[in-house]
Amino acid sequence: MQLTVNGTVHDVDVEDDMPLLWVLRDEIGLNGPKYGCGVAACGACTVHINGVAVRSCQTFVSDVDGPVTTIEGLGTPDEMHAVQAAWLEHQVAQCGYCQGGQMMQAAELLSHTPEPSDVDIDEAMSGNLCRCGTYPRIRAAVKTAAKTLQGT
Amino acid sequence: MGRAGTIARRTFMVGSVAILGGVAFGYYQYKRPAKNPLLDGLAEGEAALTPYVLINAEGITLITPRADMGQGVYSVQAALIAEELDVELDQIRVDPGPPSKAYYNTALANDAVPFPSTNQGAAANAMRGTVDAVMKFMGMQLTGGSTTVPDGYEKLRVAGAVARETLKAAAAQQSGLAVTQLKTERGAVVLPDGKRLPYQALAATAAQIDPITDVTLRPTTQWRLLGKPMQRVDMVAKSTGRQTYGIDTRMDGMVHAAIRLNPRKGGEVVGFDATTAETMRGVRHIIPVTGGLGVIADNTWRAFQAADAIEIEWGPAPYPATQDEHWQVLADTLETGNQDSQPRDDGDVDGVSMTVEAEYRAPYLAHAPLEPLNATVLVGENRVDVWTGNQIPRMTQASVADMTGVPVENVHVHILMMGGSFGHRLEDEVVKRCTELAMALPGTPVKLTYKREEDTAQDYTRPIAMMRARGAVEDGKVVAMDIRVACPSILDSQMGERQGFGLPGPDSTITQALWDQPYAIPHYRVTGYRTPKLGPVSSWRSVGASQNGFFHENFLNALIHEARADPIEERLRLMTDAPSRKLLETVAEMSGWGGSLGPGKARGVAFSLSFGTPVAEVIEITNTEDGIKLDKVWVAAEVGRVVDPVNFENLVQGGVIWALGHAINSQITYADGKAEQENFFDFEGLRNYQTPEIIVRGLENRDRVTGIGEPPVPPAAPALAEAIFQATGERPTEMPFANSFTFV
Repeated sequence: MQLTVNGTVHDVDVEDDMPLLWVLRDEIGLNGPKYGCGVAACGACTVHINGVAVRSCQTFVSDVDGPVTTIEGLGTPDEMHAVQAAWLEHQVAQCGYCQGGQMMQAAELLSHTPEPSDVDIDEAMSGNLCRCGTYPRIRAAVKTAAKTLQGT
Repeated sequence: MGRAGTIARRTFMVGSVAILGGVAFGYYQYKRPAKNPLLDGLAEGEAALTPYVLINAEGITLITPRADMGQGVYSVQAALIAEELDVELDQIRVDPGPPSKAYYNTALANDAVPFPSTNQGAAANAMRGTVDAVMKFMGMQLTGGSTTVPDGYEKLRVAGAVARETLKAAAAQQSGLAVTQLKTERGAVVLPDGKRLPYQALAATAAQIDPITDVTLRPTTQWRLLGKPMQRVDMVAKSTGRQTYGIDTRMDGMVHAAIRLNPRKGGEVVGFDATTAETMRGVRHIIPVTGGLGVIADNTWRAFQAADAIEIEWGPAPYPATQDEHWQVLADTLETGNQDSQPRDDGDVDGVSMTVEAEYRAPYLAHAPLEPLNATVLVGENRVDVWTGNQIPRMTQASVADMTGVPVENVHVHILMMGGSFGHRLEDEVVKRCTELAMALPGTPVKLTYKREEDTAQDYTRPIAMMRARGAVEDGKVVAMDIRVACPSILDSQMGERQGFGLPGPDSTITQALWDQPYAIPHYRVTGYRTPKLGPVSSWRSVGASQNGFFHENFLNALIHEARADPIEERLRLMTDAPSRKLLETVAEMSGWGGSLGPGKARGVAFSLSFGTPVAEVIEITNTEDGIKLDKVWVAAEVGRVVDPVNFENLVQGGVIWALGHAINSQITYADGKAEQENFFDFEGLRNYQTPEIIVRGLENRDRVTGIGEPPVPPAAPALAEAIFQATGERPTEMPFANSFTFV
């Protein structure tokens, strides 16, 4: 089957019920989406399909019906997405393992809610677990990114 | 020669100096500098000026031997070196370096002696020196105990200064100028005419001269980097999804492995049927390992699926099967067990008529870092390579050498960035199991990834603990406190059973942060009881202090309430340590303590001294119709010197969130010998929506520098417990509080 990931088309020969996460990691070789729980309880595997944030560990590869964007496709160190730039500015990360998923979730939130309230942020981001406890910085970075995106 | 010069001479007299071979034992040997491990792999034109600075054609590499599990220690170690070396953080690379005795952890000795950390007297420091010598001899290259900054604060700056002065000497030799005419900046020696000699161009010359060890450290007022906001060296990679971790290891020919181990930890495999698993797509081998079975496949998910398809009959647990039985062991130990230690016995406790009694409990807890346990091992011809993230590279190296029969110097442990640890990666069972798999497939790199459920089931937990205490108040004052605590021994389980470092004498973690608190309570006794062996237990962020901070401060708050005193005023009255007094005054000022609160609001305070760092916290909650809501936390911590202010705030906030999440929501309980919790839906800590605002202040009121990774944890649970008591009239007596209270 064919998958479009970060603008590149990949041919993959895998079972229909292999979760997208493992196709991305072990078949295509992308490290950005992370394995944390395998049951959609942590959000570390979050990617976009058709611009919508999904848990790739709970998405059968055969159910993918549009282009996939991972954290690598959101922006690069030289050309960061506003969310990534805000994450850098606030130095959000500690271990950083959850942060790819956090940023993908935040980017989707801002794509449909350009001025999120604290409640909006809590609701959108509470499915993404951070065991290091960087939540205060995540909240601040989401607000900074919202301002940047509105200014552009 | 000043202190810096002495450190330099003892630590770095290597370079072109001949190194004695052979083995010597005893007092004399430990005073010799350990061999510079970087000298082995040097090519011509490269220089390893100290064990911490490597200069070659690719650039300047700073060796940061304390492992990074998210706490930012690669960055802070690099900054300590760079400050004196005169390089900027964007000019260098960091590398955790090889396992080596040269990287032993000095600061581990600080908490291993029977003196409270507030005692900096001659006897206490002499004993710290002796323990330090033992640890240097053992070469404990261990990351833990909030020791990275205390250990490296002088050592790494001296390393930078030695390298800088040696490079200047090389530049003097090349240019014919006097050293005093030379300056250094941005990775180059600058001549009086402004000409720059990059450090790389000086490396070959520098390698031929004895390192200059007569150095003095710059005063803090001249610091360029330290003490100021800096961008962590890993922050761009971590903000763009480019940071790789152990789990991201890939190499040619690598196979993916999954594992099933007896969920009755340490139990055996009685029998199994792998006929279905063997036929599944991508499965190559089913390999028995100690206590379970491994599956080798061509993809992680396929390995997981096949592992789940094996039918396995497990043997019994080598510990009681039910949680009630575990608690009964603790209760029995407090009734009839022998005491392990009684490190404090002030006044005449037995002569006081006690009026307040309490029993508190703390549950087993998993570490559950978000990156599950993993390791990649390649067994070659008389050589083994291990790629993993862990805090104990030298112990891992020794274990793998022992298992494979390969000489220890041919076991190469490559330490990778960790997606959290919290003490989980002070264990190396994952490496041992992966080594068993790799030994069955010599020449093939094997990456073993634990499924989350396996990681939870196999967690060597924080121990359960039970406290029984009595106390008395008189004329509005706390006058007596008699604390007895029972707990399984972390040292027996972790260092003894699993690493073969069994130590005689009491286990200081059982009474950690109970006996050494700087309070002058007239009749004050602390007794620790070691239970018989239960399940495997290990160090969990803040170790014994994680439960004992709750026990001590929740009981002190109960006594203060009985005395009808103010919890901050009474603590100030009892406090013997001046910097700790200042902390209490600071949180009182930050929070506006004593002012009127809104409807339904309540506050609690607690203080705890652990790993040498005192921390005071005030927590404010609202008792809503739907349950308790966490509003705000004020934290003041004394570390002597805030080396990296942004990261400091992040670590303190994270420590408070860690503590509150587990105090409210988390526990591991046993049934049928297995942990009843499986994944983040039933063991999750705190999420964004429950997180309060957290305001942090770091104080610098003493010379001694101490760490911050763990000390913010212990005061959070008792401060919250006090706030809950103020709001509801009911004092929490056991964690997690959600067993007895509702939270929104």
